[in-house]
Amino acid sequence: MSGKHLNDTALEIERYEARELPLHRFALDRRSFMKSIGGGIAVLLVAENTLGFQESGRRGGGMQEEMPREIDVWLHIPPDGRVTVFTGKVEIGQNIRTSLSQTVADELHVSLDAIDMVMGDTQLTPFDMGTFGSRSTPQMGTQLRRVAFAARELLVGLAAKRWNADAKMLVAENGKVSDPAGNRSLSYADLAQGQLLAQDIPAEDPVTPATEWKIAGQPVHKIGARDFVTGRHKYTPDLKRPGMLYGKVVRPVAFGATLTSADLSAAKAMPGVVAVRDGDFIGVAAPDEFTAERAAAAIKTEWKTTPQSSSRELFDYLKKNAETDPQEENRFRQTKGSVADALASAAHRVDATYTIAYIAHCPLEPRAALAEWNDGKVTVWTGTQRPFGVRQELTEAFHLSDDKARVIVPDTGAAYGGKHSGECAVEAARIAQAAGKPVHLLWTREEEFTWAYFRPAGLIEVKGGVSTDGLLTAWEFHNYNSGAAAIATVYEVPNQLTEFHPVNAPLRQGSYRSLAAAANHFARESHMDDLAHACGMDPLDFRMKNLQDARLRDVYQAAAQQFGWQGRKKAPGHGFGIAGGIDKGGHIATCAEVAVDHSSGEVQIVRVVETFDCGAVVNPDGLKNSIAGAITMGIGGALYEAIEFDDGKILNPHFAQYRVPRFKDEPQIEVVLVDRKDQPSFGAGETPIVGLAPAVGNAIFDAIGVRLRSMPMLSGGTLPANA
Amino acid sequence: MARVTKLNVNGREYAIDVDADATLLSVLRDQLDLTGTKYGCGEGQCAACTVLIDGNPRHSCRTRAGDVGKRKIATIEGLEKNGELHPVQQAFLDVDAMQCAYCTSGMILGAVALLEHNPHPTRAEIVEYMNGHLCRCGAYQRITEAITLAATHMQEKV
Ligand code: FES
Ligand code: FES
Repeated sequence: MSGKHLNDTALEIERYEARELPLHRFALDRRSFMKSIGGGIAVLLVAENTLGFQESGRRGGGMQEEMPREIDVWLHIPPDGRVTVFTGKVEIGQNIRTSLSQTVADELHVSLDAIDMVMGDTQLTPFDMGTFGSRSTPQMGTQLRRVAFAARELLVGLAAKRWNADAKMLVAENGKVSDPAGNRSLSYADLAQGQLLAQDIPAEDPVTPATEWKIAGQPVHKIGARDFVTGRHKYTPDLKRPGMLYGKVVRPVAFGATLTSADLSAAKAMPGVVAVRDGDFIGVAAPDEFTAERAAAAIKTEWKTTPQSSSRELFDYLKKNAETDPQEENRFRQTKGSVADALASAAHRVDATYTIAYIAHCPLEPRAALAEWNDGKVTVWTGTQRPFGVRQELTEAFHLSDDKARVIVPDTGAAYGGKHSGECAVEAARIAQAAGKPVHLLWTREEEFTWAYFRPAGLIEVKGGVSTDGLLTAWEFHNYNSGAAAIATVYEVPNQLTEFHPVNAPLRQGSYRSLAAAANHFARESHMDDLAHACGMDPLDFRMKNLQDARLRDVYQAAAQQFGWQGRKKAPGHGFGIAGGIDKGGHIATCAEVAVDHSSGEVQIVRVVETFDCGAVVNPDGLKNSIAGAITMGIGGALYEAIEFDDGKILNPHFAQYRVPRFKDEPQIEVVLVDRKDQPSFGAGETPIVGLAPAVGNAIFDAIGVRLRSMPMLSGGTLPANA
Repeated sequence: MARVTKLNVNGREYAIDVDADATLLSVLRDQLDLTGTKYGCGEGQCAACTVLIDGNPRHSCRTRAGDVGKRKIATIEGLEKNGELHPVQQAFLDVDAMQCAYCTSGMILGAVALLEHNPHPTRAEIVEYMNGHLCRCGAYQRITEAITLAATHMQEKV
């Protein structure tokens, strides 16, 4: 393993959006697979177009060795009658363990507490690309429903056979199949007894319409919540293995620095300490954390650095370093009509530039990993959104085959798009390999701020034109570096040019909650507000006049109603703003009230109303919790958060210097769900963040007549000097 | 180097042998396996590591093991009594005042301390007292609700 792998852009794949890995094809080998799971009933969901597809390929390890790669999810009813569901998704606070369990219980007709969910273990669960992009609910939820439906059909069929009855006359309910005519019933456990039965089914549409859901659609508590309030749940940093050592990495003095010399002797002389150098990587391990820290500090290093850019000139840098190759694969360009002509002839025209700072995810559980080698095979417990991606990083770093690396993801202290990568897992594994013992590695907060990756910074240039009667005529939108998510306008404009310009970025950057949708919404919805004022219209009326999407219109109206938009009256220093949009299948509208203290420059968000339509709602209570969380997180990016850097160093890698939202920053939040039982369910962990920043910016404009075009809008916690 | 050989945690006397300069947080987690107390920053900025020392909330990440002496430490593991949750724990369950729940132990101990010296906090008092506790998932509104609910339940019990 080379240090380059650790410190360089091992994360290219996440540079802009989560891009898909090549999918390998494996031979279906059901017989040995079934042997490995013992008795009972198994239903395997087979990915589309691969039924009967046979091709040899590399083999996975352990149970995976038997598991056909086309399987997306599977469900097992062992003879004890419990239901075990296997999915490669992970629980990172978005409460997917709960809502997926609801979905299965609902379709299988068992109680919620009969479900065990095995998640994110590369040896036990089917291959999964990762938990991101709000895809767990629409994809995994749909697949689980299919699987549960097929399992129920299978059970009913078994009962029909046993009783020699017509399956159509039997009822499956509460974990039992009964025959109302014959007055008899059998539990699923009894039916599964002595069976070794597998069925694969193709991926198709869900079976039971949302209007007939019983367990899904209901508010339920977080599964396993008692373990969290008692401190019993083991997150990755809480795990221990026999003989385990505590690891520590000696970090380079700057990004991209190379190690010119290192003296490990003082560390190695300490009792119980292991120290290893491999390329530019240096790690130590000791029987306790305190000794590991001292050992790391005792290592003398010299680094060679190269000059690098600074956050002070970030936005010039982005413009100047845009990729010019029109074939660049991340480019996005969309045109309609003639935007140049339309801009030239517009009755009102507004041109402006918006800037988006780099920000950090700051999950409260920093990156952590526990690595253990046995007979040339490494097992790593780690908090990640991509267990199979981390396995790949391990197999590449250590030149292993897939069956020699296992990644297990305990329910994790959050991620927000920030844990797609496996740096910490690879580091722990490298130190453990040198130590010959299991190694526990928990990044410090400073390491998490520095050596993880950031939400991409961006420069967004917008030009908009309207006619005298308030119809949009021209829309030109260029995003440099921050990303293409939700970049296209949702409004009707005859002449458009929308373009995303990838940049050879100055910092390691990757995914984030909603990706670039938050930045693109900030620019678009701020600009829409300006255009509304330019033609003297109410911001909501202006949007309605230019909007056709019925679902977005509905959430706008619902938000305005709940907020009291029509009759709104300002207290001195207060202002109101509205913004909305569509992202990842969700439709959202946000209203905000702010109080601005012009003398101190402080801005307090007083109240936020958000309406959200993500199709049929699976767990309304969990969803509200998640939306309030997204709004709160959005406050940070809107008002305070900005990573400062210079010459390969992060200048503010501490919570004392990097302000994140706290209790005092929290407005009164009102969430209104538009439950569309006639529409498929979409994920909800991301989209609710996109409306906050523009709604707040528009409210600040309403309060003081100043348009703030940077995320964050404040500088050092107060209005910028020119405001 | 000075060593620490005893620690009173959750009413129990533990025999240990650690460097006096080690943090109380690492001793609790690594030596005593009381991992309910979390590391969030190690800098006194997030309160995920909150424990009660003689009833007062303290950042265990900023407390030297050598400075604790005979004082009584309470951690999240000690709140449940005979299988019954502390009213604050119960209230967190009742309103689902968590998402990833990594902040939850610290939040609960902070809230226990608050209600200890102010059994009827107003919303503003809760916000003021809890402001040092970071919840990156943004469950503040529910946590505030849970503390209010716990206060009501504790009042009913008296
Ligand atoms: S870990 Fe102690 S305050 Fe953050
Ligand atoms: S619930 Fe995740 S940090 Fe509070």
